[in-house]
Amino acid sequence: MLEQLSWKVGGQQGEGVESTGETFAIALNRQGYYVYSFRHFSSRIKGGHSNDKVRVSLKQYRAIADYTDVLLAFDQESIDVNAHEVRQGGVVIADSKFNPTAPDHVRLFSIPLTKIAEECGSAIMKNMVSLGASACLLGLPIEIFREVVEERFLRKGQRIVDQNMEAISRGFNHMKELGGADPEFALRPADGTRRLFMMGNEALGLGALAAGARVMPAYPITPASDVMEYLIKQFPKVGGVVVQTEDEIAAINMTIGAAYGGARALTCTAGPGLSLMMEAIGLAGMTETPVVIIDTQRGGPSTGLPTKQEQSDMLAALFGTHGEIPKIVLNPATTEECFTVVGKAFNLAERYQCPVIIMTDLQLSLSKQTTEPLRLEDVVIDRGAVADEADLAAAAGGEFPRYRLTDSGVSKRVFPGTKGGLHHVTGVEHMETGRPNETAGNRKQMMEKRMRKLQGVEIEDSVVRTGDESPDIAIVGIGSNIGAIAEAKEWLQRDGLKVAHVHIHAILPFPKRQLQEALSGAKQVVVVENNATAQLRHLMSFFGVDCPHAQSFLKYNGQAILPVEIYEFCKEMN
Amino acid sequence: MATVKDFRNNVRPNWCPGCGDFSVQASIQRALAGLGKEPHEVAIVSGIGCSGRISGYINTYGFHGVHGRALPAAQGLKLANRHLTVIAAGGDGDGFGIGLNHFMHAVRRNMDITYIVMDNQIYGLTKGQHSPTSAHGFEAKTTPQGNIENAIIPTQVALGAGIGFLAQGFSSDVNQLVQLIEQAIQYRGFALVNVFSPCVTYNKINTYDWFREHVYNLDQVPDYDPTDRAAAMQMVVKTGGLATGLIYRDDSRVPYEDQIPGYPEQALVEEELALSEEIFQNALKQFA
Ligand SMILES: Cc1ncc(C[n+]2csc(CCOP(=O)(O)OP(=O)(O)O)c2C)c(N)n1
Ligand code: SF4
Ligand SMILES: [Mg+2]
Repeated sequence: MLEQLSWKVGGQQGEGVESTGETFAIALNRQGYYVYSFRHFSSRIKGGHSNDKVRVSLKQYRAIADYTDVLLAFDQESIDVNAHEVRQGGVVIADSKFNPTAPDHVRLFSIPLTKIAEECGSAIMKNMVSLGASACLLGLPIEIFREVVEERFLRKGQRIVDQNMEAISRGFNHMKELGGADPEFALRPADGTRRLFMMGNEALGLGALAAGARVMPAYPITPASDVMEYLIKQFPKVGGVVVQTEDEIAAINMTIGAAYGGARALTCTAGPGLSLMMEAIGLAGMTETPVVIIDTQRGGPSTGLPTKQEQSDMLAALFGTHGEIPKIVLNPATTEECFTVVGKAFNLAERYQCPVIIMTDLQLSLSKQTTEPLRLEDVVIDRGAVADEADLAAAAGGEFPRYRLTDSGVSKRVFPGTKGGLHHVTGVEHMETGRPNETAGNRKQMMEKRMRKLQGVEIEDSVVRTGDESPDIAIVGIGSNIGAIAEAKEWLQRDGLKVAHVHIHAILPFPKRQLQEALSGAKQVVVVENNATAQLRHLMSFFGVDCPHAQSFLKYNGQAILPVEIYEFCKEMN
Repeated sequence: MATVKDFRNNVRPNWCPGCGDFSVQASIQRALAGLGKEPHEVAIVSGIGCSGRISGYINTYGFHGVHGRALPAAQGLKLANRHLTVIAAGGDGDGFGIGLNHFMHAVRRNMDITYIVMDNQIYGLTKGQHSPTSAHGFEAKTTPQGNIENAIIPTQVALGAGIGFLAQGFSSDVNQLVQLIEQAIQYRGFALVNVFSPCVTYNKINTYDWFREHVYNLDQVPDYDPTDRAAAMQMVVKTGGLATGLIYRDDSRVPYEDQIPGYPEQALVEEELALSEEIFQNALKQFA
């Protein structure tokens, strides 16, 4: 009996790999399993190997496994590319159509997927046949797929639903005849609790909706586009608007214009777009306009690895803009956090009147995962300091002091269209009224006003620490690596080591104090990140975290970090 | 009701005496007063350049952004508050050099905003380099032996992009310019008023006198039909882009804001932001 399962489907891009993986994942999620899926794809629509790897367990692991129990292969290439990770005695289910061959350490089940599908009505249902075969192997009833099949195909008619269920059933039976109902592979039953299943990008979109976002100008880019595609479907319900702009420069400037106008506005991009936005992010800082920018990191630089995992935009997010502005950078790690982080980002942006960058990474943005209940009450809306009647009356006759010097550095906003609120806004250095002024005294005063806003500010829960006190080893991570680290930690603890997991959820203002505290007493420190130059570790020392013995675990080949890799790295240190 | 005086503030422009931009400033002020607007109902969003300073010289809401990006910022503002009168303004370099991409797409998008370009065929603020509207052969700091590139003809580009309202003015003819700006603001959709606004300091070729000699004033062509796009294109080509007056308008267009599914009549800035539990629960179903 399997306590957990690592399952993979592979084939040519465009031949239903994704929908097969998704149907399987959704069906199992609804049985109460925790499911985490990771897509391997390339920047083309048809052709090229792609695969969908799904982790199924009774406990939440937000990482894919380094091995595979079961591989569904739609072509020989999928076997050639993936069989090495199929464990000893693992199963490969392949389409007889291409006379599959597989290495000796696996058990190959050759099933006429395409032929059965054609007999059921259409060759495209071969993925359903393969799902049936999987169900047989795993001891799952085929009925678990019915709901998903109905949701997919009922609008095309009951006949299509029946055909698909028939294909699943035939696959199941064929597998059974081949002796594929193996108790060793029977998956331990789950409790049937129904949870959400979504990717980070969808959670961000839903979070934006809940946060009162109403304007989203953006330019399509992998892996960010789902956010705009999600919101364009949802916004008509609340009166919001998504504009697909001509480029990211337009996107950020339009976002700034809308925020200046008083709407909650955000944009979403990946590394190349973030680079294009840099000048205007400075404008938002200088004009104290609250905007939210989501950067879904992918492999850089340049076009880099557009469909692969990386976390290499951190320095760009912090230091990319010329000049000096106050700025906040948040780094969610899970889908649940993606949901709440947008509201938090808007609140911070409006409270401190500065740009806020939310950084995800491809793995977090695109991995569909079981998600604990999301609650609307976890998103509160705080619009920060906005002028009221009394403020407007006080300014009557003159200009509204939009950039009034205050102790906190924060001055009240007033939205265009407001009677009595006239003022000027400019990216040129300016006075309290917003009028340009380049004198040395004014410059110093205004620079200090802006920078004062975030002085001493600590973002709550920027660092979350779990695990042992006085650990032999503290593992520091960021973004989607949360799952791999959590799992590696368990394995190391099982080996008798004391381990702490220290996860960073915001890198600006850099949580120096929180991090220092979380690392105190650790004999060794490992910083885990998906880049080649140890950006996070360098930020730690740049911002004065005293941790001279920190070592880096780096991965920059475009692949997700696996628990076993962190485990082995830590074992070698000890 | 607001008068021209209400649209003046006490900021002294840092333009050179005689700069064409003074007339544009005055014309916008007169047009706004003429249309019965109140200062707080108007926002001017401008780019960077001598001309870009204009948003600080008129008593309305003003936003002075980065070089070449006035149009995206103006469109964002319009989306946040569709009841504002939004005017974008800037120079020829700002709008047709670094910002040309945005211009083409703003035309295509067709939000109800007015774009006023102060076209002096030169980069004024950076002290005299050639601009995208400088003629072939034009000598400037960056073309000491004469410009070997061809000029963009803004009116031609605008028509080519499919603009719904196109006018061209000249800083010497303030009466005409006021009228054109008034019509542009009243037009429901994206409107361009390109203004020949001489730079007296760096452009010694395209001077007031030069324009006086070369513009072709459509107000004096009684049978010109500004609703005929083919005729407008012909006129623009025939005059080498020097036709002034109302060149083209198409009143059948529907502005972007009117086509956004579910976009409220009330300005977004006035809307209640909290999401209803019902919409939220419905949105969750997709992931259940
Ligand atoms: C990104 C960027 N590049 C360059 C500049 C420098 N710059 C400022 S204004 C300008 C050109 C101004 O020409 P135009 O738009 O025609 O305005 P004018 O001064 O003639 O009114 C340039 C190149 C800048 N501010 N920003
Ligand atoms: S340099 Fe030219 S454009 Fe600039 S203010 Fe002087 S005259 Fe006007
Ligand atoms: Mg110019």
